[in-house]
Amino acid sequence: MEQSIFQHTFPNGLVLLGEPMPWLESVAFTLLIRVGTSDEPSDRKGLAGLAFEMMQRGAGELDSHAIVEELDFLGVERSSSVSTFHTSTSMACMASVLEPTLKIAVSILREPHFPDSEMEEARQSSLLELASLEDDPSQKCFTELKKARFGEVYGRISLGTEEGLVAITLDDCKEYWGQHISPSGAVLSVAGNFKWDELRELVERVIGDWNGNSNPHKPNVKAYPSVVHVEHDSQQTHIALAYDAVPYQHPEYYQSRGLVGILSDGMSSRLFSEVREKRGLVYSVSASSHSLHDCGSVMCYAGTTAARAQETLDVTIATINAIRDGIDPQELSRLKSRVRTSLVMDQESSSARSSQIAYDWVYLKRVPTRSEVLSEVDKLTCNSLLEHFNRFPPRSWSMVTIGPEPLELPNGIS
Amino acid sequence: MEFRSVQLDNGLEIVAEVNPSAFSQSLGYFVKTGSRDETPKMAGVSHFLEHMVFKGTDKRSAEDVNQELDDLGSQSNAYTSEEQTVYYMSVLPENQSHALELLSDIMRPALRDDDFETEKQVIIEEIAMYDDQPPYGAVERAMEEFFGDHPLARRVLGTRETVLDLDPESMRAYHQSRYAPNNLTLVAAGAVNFDELVESAKRLTASWLPMDTSRSLQRPKSPQADIEMVHPPATQQYTLQHALGVPSSDSYRYVLRVLASILGDDSGSRLFWSLVDNGLAESAVLFTQEFDDCGLFSIYTTCSPEQHASNWEIIQNILSSGTEKPITDREIELAKNKICSGLILSSERPSNRLFSVGGAWLKRERYETVAEVAANYQRVTRAQLQEAFEKLKSRSTVTVTVRPE
Repeated sequence: MEQSIFQHTFPNGLVLLGEPMPWLESVAFTLLIRVGTSDEPSDRKGLAGLAFEMMQRGAGELDSHAIVEELDFLGVERSSSVSTFHTSTSMACMASVLEPTLKIAVSILREPHFPDSEMEEARQSSLLELASLEDDPSQKCFTELKKARFGEVYGRISLGTEEGLVAITLDDCKEYWGQHISPSGAVLSVAGNFKWDELRELVERVIGDWNGNSNPHKPNVKAYPSVVHVEHDSQQTHIALAYDAVPYQHPEYYQSRGLVGILSDGMSSRLFSEVREKRGLVYSVSASSHSLHDCGSVMCYAGTTAARAQETLDVTIATINAIRDGIDPQELSRLKSRVRTSLVMDQESSSARSSQIAYDWVYLKRVPTRSEVLSEVDKLTCNSLLEHFNRFPPRSWSMVTIGPEPLELPNGIS
Repeated sequence: MEFRSVQLDNGLEIVAEVNPSAFSQSLGYFVKTGSRDETPKMAGVSHFLEHMVFKGTDKRSAEDVNQELDDLGSQSNAYTSEEQTVYYMSVLPENQSHALELLSDIMRPALRDDDFETEKQVIIEEIAMYDDQPPYGAVERAMEEFFGDHPLARRVLGTRETVLDLDPESMRAYHQSRYAPNNLTLVAAGAVNFDELVESAKRLTASWLPMDTSRSLQRPKSPQADIEMVHPPATQQYTLQHALGVPSSDSYRYVLRVLASILGDDSGSRLFWSLVDNGLAESAVLFTQEFDDCGLFSIYTTCSPEQHASNWEIIQNILSSGTEKPITDREIELAKNKICSGLILSSERPSNRLFSVGGAWLKRERYETVAEVAANYQRVTRAQLQEAFEKLKSRSTVTVTVRPE
């Protein structure tokens, strides 16, 4: 199916992206604002998340209760998230109710009430969510990895800290909103059943007169190698690893992502084969590519009972390093086949496309088409992947383990 | 969108929702076997067998299977529940015949001894992983207490002990008795060439022999119990409560699901506004589960141990307030909109349709369109909901709570 991707920048700085998928009944959008946890004052960790939570508790003509009711009435599936640099709302609905749905999403950003009566309840919810992380070590090892690897500012998590959440006042939330929530640098990506001209007019009506500027700080993200162990009374040890890789916007990103694919995409991938299939060491092992502004990392996870944890770590790292011994043309061909299929299947999901095009815009300032992605992937060769691996070998390792005993990174790893 | 179905001479049923304009197709073998079909000694064998199915056949090694699944570019996986074991893959339409050949071949796994021992370790890891996760065994314990000597009491994964005791010979016997063609359904959704699918399936399953594969059905007793478990590493308290619901063939399930949404959906419900929105609980939801011979109407909630007693009282008050706070028309409208819109949104992917079409066929031997299912929800009346709500007061329940100390 032919693919069209439209783009329009409004005078207030908001970028509208649209990918019509007329064969669907649904439409999905992602509305992304350029502010996140790295913009929080250091004594208010959790402010980005709590302020956004408060914004959703009443906005425009609707109070907290009415927002939820109206979205349920419209049958909208929604989620929201706060990351290091962005705050985003994603919604999916039937095409016929796009306008009222988008209006609610926008009013949350433009006209939040900040009801005094809800502040303590919002704080309690956030504290509870933070506390629950303690019972989820497979998740917690990644939040700890982020802290350890990216430091005080860029390693923050959206849940914040207990001290931060307790210190935040309603005025802090209002001030944060006034300073940071603006259309400048914002992205609204829409995918699904809509007509571009009508969408542009709708967005013009809803957002065109929204003004405001924010001055996001210039990110300076660095990765710090480190080893952290968190003692936990559990049967399994959870291992989270990270090492340097090129970021999403790097010209060689496809090479780097290809290597992660060799390691972790599919049931014949190397980590699954070596760690699980051949040795039965784990139920779960994986690797994925991450970019934090211009700092790329590969992150890995393995969970295994404590007695086999050191062996699992050693095999995982040896498997990663064994890429230097070469790549089999068959495994590359399998990877390409998986990418081809998943690009075709993405056309079946408006939500998958709306979040992907927003992400593309943030990192690339453009949205590659399926055929562009396919042609980049087709260009990958065993040699090009190997050369990339040798030019950017895994280094600056970070490791977080949660479990009964600490582990040791093998010799020669730094 | 067209529904096609056929039954082969060996008893294998083939059903498909054909959508020529879809981009992909999903294929799956739905096996009518699960933990309820096991003996207590063999607890976990259905799930272990599901893992072993990917370990190769007489003509393919485990590595071959994995490589071919990836070669096809497929998104594939499998799961085991109390009543079903399902193997599925999503592929591009041009790969239909290769995908079906592979999927059919692995339904007759080699079950080699050395693969068996390696995979046993993976299962032990999986059990350890779930033991470490909230709600720390409460799900399994609640099923055991609620169902007693009923076959649904058994754990899908089995226990460390039952899995360690399993041997390849008894797994082979289990496979032979449960993976007979008359106990399998080949389900397809999306851009499927149905005639070709049937022709290939005939050829590929020609040697499969039908067997007697009955399942023992019985009404569970409706016990009353309150169990407390202690898991010192936990920081939060987790509570699960089961009451009797209705079986998967009972159309009353639509009433109970709408009621569960009004009272206990994760957003916009009575429990949400009373406990979650205000930060008293991390979660507080109601949900239903349906099986062949019975069903469950359940509550799950998480909060701090200090908050538990008063939260639990709030939940019980909400569930027994049928007379004082009747269901409103607005609540019904919101719940129905939410459910029906969710149905339509999720139906856009053939992979999601596969489970709906396959599930309905296995449980009710019926094809149900998205519109038909939505209409069934829309037909639920206020009087039905109100009656079901008021009855909650007198239900008998099994409650399991896990706390840090």
